[in-house]
Amino acid sequence: MGSQVMKAPGGTAAVAPSYARRSRQLRRLVPIYLFLLPGMALFLTWQLYPLADAFVMSFFHWNLLEPSTFIGLNNYQRALSDPLFWQSLRNVVVYTVITVPGQMVLGLAAALLLDQSLRFRAVFRTLYYLPVITSWVVVSIMFTYLYNSQAGPLNYLLDDVLHIIPNYQIWLGDPNTALPSIATMGIWKGTGWNMVIFLAGLQSIPREVYEAAKVDGAGAIKRFTHITLPLLRPTTTFLVVVLVIGGLNTFIPVWIMTQGGPIHSTETILTYMYKKAFADIDLGYGAAISYLFTALIFLISVAEIRILRRRYEY
Amino acid sequence: MARRFLGKTTLYLLAIFGALVLAMPFIYLVSTAFTPNAYVLSIPPVLIPAHPTVQNFIDAWTTNNFGRYFINSAVVAGSSTAITVLFSAMLAFAFARYSFPGRTVLFYGMLLTLMIPTLVLIIPQFVLAKTLHLLDSLQGLVVVYSAGTALNVFLLRGFFEDIPQDLADAAAIDGAGIWTVFWQIMMPLARPALAAVTIFTFLTNWDEFPWALTSISSGDNFTLPIALQLFQQQHQTQYGVEFAASLIAVVPVIVVFILFQRHFVSGLASAAVKG
Repeated sequence: MGSQVMKAPGGTAAVAPSYARRSRQLRRLVPIYLFLLPGMALFLTWQLYPLADAFVMSFFHWNLLEPSTFIGLNNYQRALSDPLFWQSLRNVVVYTVITVPGQMVLGLAAALLLDQSLRFRAVFRTLYYLPVITSWVVVSIMFTYLYNSQAGPLNYLLDDVLHIIPNYQIWLGDPNTALPSIATMGIWKGTGWNMVIFLAGLQSIPREVYEAAKVDGAGAIKRFTHITLPLLRPTTTFLVVVLVIGGLNTFIPVWIMTQGGPIHSTETILTYMYKKAFADIDLGYGAAISYLFTALIFLISVAEIRILRRRYEY
Repeated sequence: MARRFLGKTTLYLLAIFGALVLAMPFIYLVSTAFTPNAYVLSIPPVLIPAHPTVQNFIDAWTTNNFGRYFINSAVVAGSSTAITVLFSAMLAFAFARYSFPGRTVLFYGMLLTLMIPTLVLIIPQFVLAKTLHLLDSLQGLVVVYSAGTALNVFLLRGFFEDIPQDLADAAAIDGAGIWTVFWQIMMPLARPALAAVTIFTFLTNWDEFPWALTSISSGDNFTLPIALQLFQQQHQTQYGVEFAASLIAVVPVIVVFILFQRHFVSGLASAAVKG
């Protein structure tokens, strides 16, 4: 904490602050630091320190039972040659690729619909938002019931009522359908959130732009593709970045509905990391996986922002 | 005119269809919670139970201890929310209105943790909590939840920056220190932003699952999310009780949401615009 950051009045750097000025500064700064202390102490202890600690742990064989031993990059090499690590990565990518466009398209459709002057519009908006405020735990338990292989309402609807499927499907027990089933639930849960963000975006577009386009003879579709979509770009960028991070971070629904099974077909990076750390008590390896994962998320987010910004600028 | 009417009708039908798809699981949740267990999962599924009962709620609340878990959740979420909101308001206020050495570093340090999945921190948090004897205790939950201030600081800092300088100046002339300005001037002005942040924080803490799963091991300390998950694992066929317990966990959230809907939407929108 050098005093060189502080500028003397008039903008010239204080080269040799006099004793009086020093103590005046100190008297000014001490209350500010005291004011920051409680929040900062908690934050540094439970957020920033763990972040650094995880990095250190990732270079150790660390299992709480015996003294930890330094093993260099061993944990990282192990992760990169671990087929289950790659399988988990593939799974979260598939989950993200299904859920992000799914939620955004449906969310935008819902926003356009509920941006119209409809009666009971507020009621509809509240209903659409219900899945968002319901916790992942409850939603996962609810859908485990809906997806039940013997007498679940979904099987009844698709087989007995609509005759779309030939017989009852074991949605969460079949490696082919387990991940798409969880992803469908993810879309169901996230659509309302996308709707609210898109509604805010839509309301920030001035009405006059639409009026002018109407006068020029632009139809509804043209107005949508030439005005609405381009002007929603900042909203879209925000959603893509946040949703991709969320999708890659999937943990709770998988943990509750399938525990990563059947045969790792729904394993996500975080469920795999969690199992390694807390079931196999291999904390160093878990820490290495989480650091690889963090680096990946960081790179993806930066890339998304760059690509989406660039297209927005021209 | 007729075309206009048709268009409107289509819009209403679409809106109702969407609402049905989104609400259907909840309708099942509620109806199953009021269905005697013997009739759960019948083909065809029954939406309105023939013999509705509140027995599932009684079973959940008493014999299955969800009354206790509810109180645990309320205590943990309530106290950690109070601490988080107060501390994050203080941090945000200092970051927004005062200059001091280290300000930039500390603020960006906080922003950095926003990019990091909370589960990435769970291994070292577990080791630290073990060292400090905070595992398997409600205090351990409160401490870790209370440290999650970064998002609030980010949102509130913008709000404090927008408050006109003359208000703070007037107080400064009176010789008021940072505490007085914060409590007497800034906190009252920040009430709408604080309300939004409070609601978000409360819901996050009420629903928090991974850290509770990791740190809590004895039944007396269960919060609702982990109790629900364990109940589901252990009694896979008792959907009536399970759903009654789920409703006990969800209804407070829905009530809070409907009461404070205004704050929700404005809070979300500001996050999107700032992001």
